[in-house]
Amino acid sequence: MAFVQNLPFISILLSLFAGPLSSILSGKKAKWVNLAVIGAVGAMSAAVLAFVLSTGEPYVYMMGHFPAPWGNEIRVGVLEASMAVFFCVIMFLCMIGGSRERELEIEESKMNLYYVMVNLLLCSLLALIYTNDLFTAYVFVEINTIAACGLIMIRQNGRTIEAATRYMIMSLLGSGLFLLGLCFLYDLTGHLLMSNIQESVRVLKQTGEYHVPLLVSICLISVGLAIKSALYPFHAWLPDAYGYSTLSSAAILSSLVSKGYVFLLVKIFYRVVGFDVIMDSKVINVLFVFGIIGMIMGSVAAIKENNIRRMIAFSSVAQIGYIYMGLGLGSQIGSIASVYHIVAHAATKSLLFVAASGLTQASGDSTDFFDLTGAGFRNKLAGIAFTVGSLSMVGFPMFSGFTSKLLFAQAGVESGNKMLLTLVALALSTILNAVYFMKTVIRIYTPEKKKVLVQKDFHSVTMADQPAKSAALVCFIVLNLFLGLWSEPMVRLFGDGLAMFA
Amino acid sequence: MSRKIPQEQYEKTRSYRLKQWLDGSKDLYLGEVEMKPQKPYEETHKQRKKREKEKARAVERVYDTERNAEIRIFRKIYRVFSILFCVFLVLMLLIAVSYLPTIGSADKPANNEVSARYIESGLQETGAVNIVTGMILDYRAFDTLGESHVLFVATCTVLILLRRDEKKRKDGEPAEEEQDFLYEPKDDVILQTVAKILVPPIVIFGIYVILCGHLGPGGGFSGGAIIGAGLILYLNAFGFEKTERFFRASTYKKLSFTALACYTFSKCYSFYTGANHIESVIPLGTPGAILSSGLILVLNICVGVVVAGTMYTFYAMFRKGGY
Repeated sequence: MAFVQNLPFISILLSLFAGPLSSILSGKKAKWVNLAVIGAVGAMSAAVLAFVLSTGEPYVYMMGHFPAPWGNEIRVGVLEASMAVFFCVIMFLCMIGGSRERELEIEESKMNLYYVMVNLLLCSLLALIYTNDLFTAYVFVEINTIAACGLIMIRQNGRTIEAATRYMIMSLLGSGLFLLGLCFLYDLTGHLLMSNIQESVRVLKQTGEYHVPLLVSICLISVGLAIKSALYPFHAWLPDAYGYSTLSSAAILSSLVSKGYVFLLVKIFYRVVGFDVIMDSKVINVLFVFGIIGMIMGSVAAIKENNIRRMIAFSSVAQIGYIYMGLGLGSQIGSIASVYHIVAHAATKSLLFVAASGLTQASGDSTDFFDLTGAGFRNKLAGIAFTVGSLSMVGFPMFSGFTSKLLFAQAGVESGNKMLLTLVALALSTILNAVYFMKTVIRIYTPEKKKVLVQKDFHSVTMADQPAKSAALVCFIVLNLFLGLWSEPMVRLFGDGLAMFA
Repeated sequence: MSRKIPQEQYEKTRSYRLKQWLDGSKDLYLGEVEMKPQKPYEETHKQRKKREKEKARAVERVYDTERNAEIRIFRKIYRVFSILFCVFLVLMLLIAVSYLPTIGSADKPANNEVSARYIESGLQETGAVNIVTGMILDYRAFDTLGESHVLFVATCTVLILLRRDEKKRKDGEPAEEEQDFLYEPKDDVILQTVAKILVPPIVIFGIYVILCGHLGPGGGFSGGAIIGAGLILYLNAFGFEKTERFFRASTYKKLSFTALACYTFSKCYSFYTGANHIESVIPLGTPGAILSSGLILVLNICVGVVVAGTMYTFYAMFRKGGY
């Protein structure tokens, strides 16, 4: 066995170890440990990705001395490795971009606890990506939920405590449903290992045995993970959680945590239940419908919003709707579009959060929409970055959002009876996106009168004032352009990865 | 400013205009596009009356929950629907459960080669007499590793939520201990006598349960909970002064870090050797002896330390917000 094959397990345990380690370090040291761990894990994942691409086939890695159905196991393929690389890059940039806000908003004595949460969150995301065992997935879903809750409420004001409580209730409901579904599946198949469950489910499908509990368990798992990733009717926890938590938390939550659950759901569809069984069960049609409703309703709510952070948060609801719509189309290309959109949206949404904080910083830290007038002139880089992010969300060519919209449209055209609904929803949602994002871009590029600026005591922010955030913004813009301009190899990568999944 | 051409000429160039636009000092549409300035909004007496009346009406209708028909109806519908939804969920799950394989029947899918191997060769392969311990700490150790970190992350979240910063205390405010003093019964003789008798056996029993986790019923989770309960009883009887002599938040952090790091490293070793098919050098020992079953004993102690610390910390945080 090549040494590279050990790296996924080492990266999981490294980030796991960094959690308790940060708890005994001071905030400053914990920060460097955290950045080093994210960087190291990213580099290791890149090496793994290169290895898997060169061999062209996935491999399983035994966690311990006992082979799979008895012991634990992780599985590494192209899709898993590329997601790990990607999540590390985004997390690294989010942590850099939000360092000023963290220092302002978090009590000094609790700073190291923040990094405990981030390290364990990274660990749980990696485990969710790599695991080949449903129960391991559940254990790390738990870590993920609790750590995310800590990330929300570490900035302590009334709104975040309320948001964390909501998040906790909704998210635990989701975990509970997921666990129930998992128990049902275990009872029907006698296995927790994904590949073995898939075999058993296939046999059950042929014999027609246990039809009802199988359907119920698929429903429970889908609904559970949909709640956790804020699909439309279950999104009530989202705007406050993203809108009032500290910047890096909001960016990480919106771009990684919810995506981790979506990725887990994709994995369960492909590797646990089997895509043909899912297609048969009609569950995906429900996801499709709610995805479409989410696309519209999320955007409508965002238009009404006056707080820029909450507006971006509501836009997440719409984008999660896109992802579920792609899954709901029930075709290979639909799933590829969804996976691509997971990546594209993560890159864009974290960019928007960081850019918006740059704009609010130049407006006396007010998130009110009208205070942002002319903020693009006062903080130029943030203005440009926000424009790039908005264009990408709206689906302007050259940026990542365009490619995912194109893929969704292609998938819609090929999907037969769902074509009309998909295309209409896409068009409508794009227009709505344009309404609120372009409204904001126009607002930030409308010059404000000098008198008002003096009166409100707004100062311009240059790149030198915020080197970390500027670096993060530039990297985010480059990442967005990269995903938009070189989308072809990325799409092929995800297509290969999904093909390896089954 | 330009060095090569005079200022007036420079002001006519495109680059100057671009610079102006970038600076935000000039609105390009000004003078180019016909614009009507908006009239400043002045409220007439009539309009103000109307606005105030509407506001009063809105307050009356929205916040008057007693007589607001809409809210009343909404609440009723909400109740009815939540009951209906719960009934639907319960029925759906009951129906699904009724289709499940019969509990205890031999041909249940869960009775397969997985559990057969745990039962038949668990003792030889893990060296643990208690099969459950062998299963959670050796066969499926990765899950348990995650599970013990769940406890740790939960404690950290409680610390984030409840710990009060001593520095942030305002000058006039009395210290935490003094505030607690007002509300707490102190020096309760009955409680103290009972605690004196009970705490040592509880802690010793907890240690026994942890150490013999691989030999009989018990293990790190249950033993740790027992020790934690003993500590809480001690704290209740004698107050924070006594417990803080040996157990503070920093002690907890160091202990749990040591335990979790020990756990992570030993599992690192066994995962690495297992996956690379290297023979592990840790002997399994004779089954039934205290020093047997390889790493399981060490792992049980680690889990026990984390669980005991977690229980005690939860209690201390909820009671005082720091210790």
